[in-house]
Amino acid sequence: MNEPAPKVAPMESPARKSAGAALVPGAGEQRLYGLLAEFETPGAILAAAVRVREAGYRWWDCHTPFFVHGLDKAMGIKPTILPVLVFLCGLTGATVGFVLQWFTNASSFDLWAGVWVRGYEFLISGKPVLSGSVYPIIMFELTVLFSAVGCVIFLLVLNNLPRLYHPCLKSRRFLRATDDRFFIVIEARDPCFYREKTETLLESLGALAVEPLEQ
Amino acid sequence: MTTLALDNTFDDPTRRAPLVLGHDEFSTVTEKICGVNEARRAPRAWYIAFAISLFFTGILGVMILYLFATGVGVWGNQNPVMWGFPIINFVFWIGIGHAGTLISAILYLFRQKWRTAINRFAEAMTIFAVICALMFPSIHVGRVWVLYWTIPIPNQMELWPQFRSPLIWDFFAVGTYFTVSFLFWYVGMIPDLATLRDRATTRLRAIVYGIFALGWRGSIRHWHRYERAYLLLAALATPLVLSVHSVVSFDFAISQLPGWHTTIFPPYFVAGAIFSGFAMVMTLAIPARQLWGLKDFITLRHLENMNKIILVTGSMVGYAYIMEFFTSWYSGSLYEWFGFANRAFGPYAWAYWIMVSCNVLVPQIFWFKAARQSIWVMFIASLLVNLGMWFERFVIIVTSLAQDFLPSSWGYYVPTWVDLLMLAGSFGLFLTLFLLFCRYLPIIAIAEVKAVMPKAHAHESEASR
Repeated sequence: MNEPAPKVAPMESPARKSAGAALVPGAGEQRLYGLLAEFETPGAILAAAVRVREAGYRWWDCHTPFFVHGLDKAMGIKPTILPVLVFLCGLTGATVGFVLQWFTNASSFDLWAGVWVRGYEFLISGKPVLSGSVYPIIMFELTVLFSAVGCVIFLLVLNNLPRLYHPCLKSRRFLRATDDRFFIVIEARDPCFYREKTETLLESLGALAVEPLEQ
Repeated sequence: MTTLALDNTFDDPTRRAPLVLGHDEFSTVTEKICGVNEARRAPRAWYIAFAISLFFTGILGVMILYLFATGVGVWGNQNPVMWGFPIINFVFWIGIGHAGTLISAILYLFRQKWRTAINRFAEAMTIFAVICALMFPSIHVGRVWVLYWTIPIPNQMELWPQFRSPLIWDFFAVGTYFTVSFLFWYVGMIPDLATLRDRATTRLRAIVYGIFALGWRGSIRHWHRYERAYLLLAALATPLVLSVHSVVSFDFAISQLPGWHTTIFPPYFVAGAIFSGFAMVMTLAIPARQLWGLKDFITLRHLENMNKIILVTGSMVGYAYIMEFFTSWYSGSLYEWFGFANRAFGPYAWAYWIMVSCNVLVPQIFWFKAARQSIWVMFIASLLVNLGMWFERFVIIVTSLAQDFLPSSWGYYVPTWVDLLMLAGSFGLFLTLFLLFCRYLPIIAIAEVKAVMPKAHAHESEASR
């Protein structure tokens, strides 16, 4: 989870009272991560998501086997910054493409690039050393290369992946999130989270089942 | 209209043809596609095909060792034909790859939802074809131990690549193409790898698929960025795929040789690449859907659509062949005109007419709906197109080099047994990688197929209440 964080520190949150409650009486160290609600159809989760959002929750998420169109809007997710980052990567690629060709083929000064390197004025059949007309090809290739690599890296960084552990993945029920079921998870750190109240809400939304998740 | 309809090849525009047949539930889709990877044993045909492919891959390895140990003289490349089989095979394989990117990127941008059933293995095909393609110029340089000179890295000789050369553009274009295709393929596969992880019955499968699934858990906050990233990658791959074969064609078009020095080459090469790539997709899809019973996903309508693309691109290639002749006649250049007349009626006329009949005449059969829907017709046609497109590269490279300006330097190119075994070996490598992919990775984009099922469309009324 890396959406804009609610400006309430979890320590002072009223949720602490219920979140801190042990899952199993006597097992004090196992803390509640959140509540998992299972839905059967994309329509059901879309309707439920609208209600959860209206109830004022911030620290919650939907998990679906495929991208359910409109669910991101229903949840109130803001447009991602990813395209801007990719554009900047592309600009970097174009710049690198130009500087690389200009420095290596049309200059004669020293440059520090890890080690000292020297440009070379490559004279081919009397053409000008700075032959701009051939540069766009490699500039284009590097623009695409930098953009694509940057796109994947920032996709993973913004999604906080790779991540090999997550409380959701411990639930047997949650295995169907990549198959045919749709889940809503409301985290215990949400300021609006009270275990009984949240459980009642989720059940009222038509969830097939609601179960607690351990940290 | 029921979604369980068994025939979706109708042409009635008032009805939306279903993209998935015989499945109304998401779980049966998962079950069916994952079943390919989860079966304890692959079909017998898989083992036989794998053994044969592996054998030819071994031959390729031995041939490369022989080449390195002896030198490029083991090939038939000689003055004046310095670019023989290695470059023919390079251009052939790189062309094969183009259909994968067309299906995954261009059809995505055009909202062609039928692509979801075929994009995954078409992309895999792209990657394996580009691996085969990259191998040939790398070994063709002769001094393989200085291959790194093509990379602009600081070195003690203060030596830089010469960026006015189309061969260095090629290095950047094909390298970028491989990287971007691989990223596109892998990013598309992450949700499906998570599906395989969650269905794993053994610890090993859970760990291996788990590592490659990167902890994907279908969060909508992730999906939201993922969909945007996928769109961006498609938008980047689209101009890239058009540029790659254009850059490959520059290797020829930038030179002064009659038959190569033509401005029609970039679009002509791109059309030919897509044409040959679709033929290869057909060649692989028809046995694969048969072997693993995937006819519900790769339906007859998908095959028919691909046949239509083969017809269109085949006709574009035919137009380019005619236009080349017109241009050379219209140029008034003796050498140009000789170059083309020599192609069609000279010592390599046999290769030229194989090319024309396979690439231009064979696809014309797809004007008939019955042919577009006949498995055997399309399978044989796809094999012939593959053959024809290989010969196209043979004709372009060999005929132009063998008889150029000076009759005293003319020659006749004959490949050696090493050339032939290397070509066979590259098919072995390609098929070995493809068969391994079919066995261990999801060959159909599970999450994407689910998203195009009628059940996936959430009813807006429920949301807005």
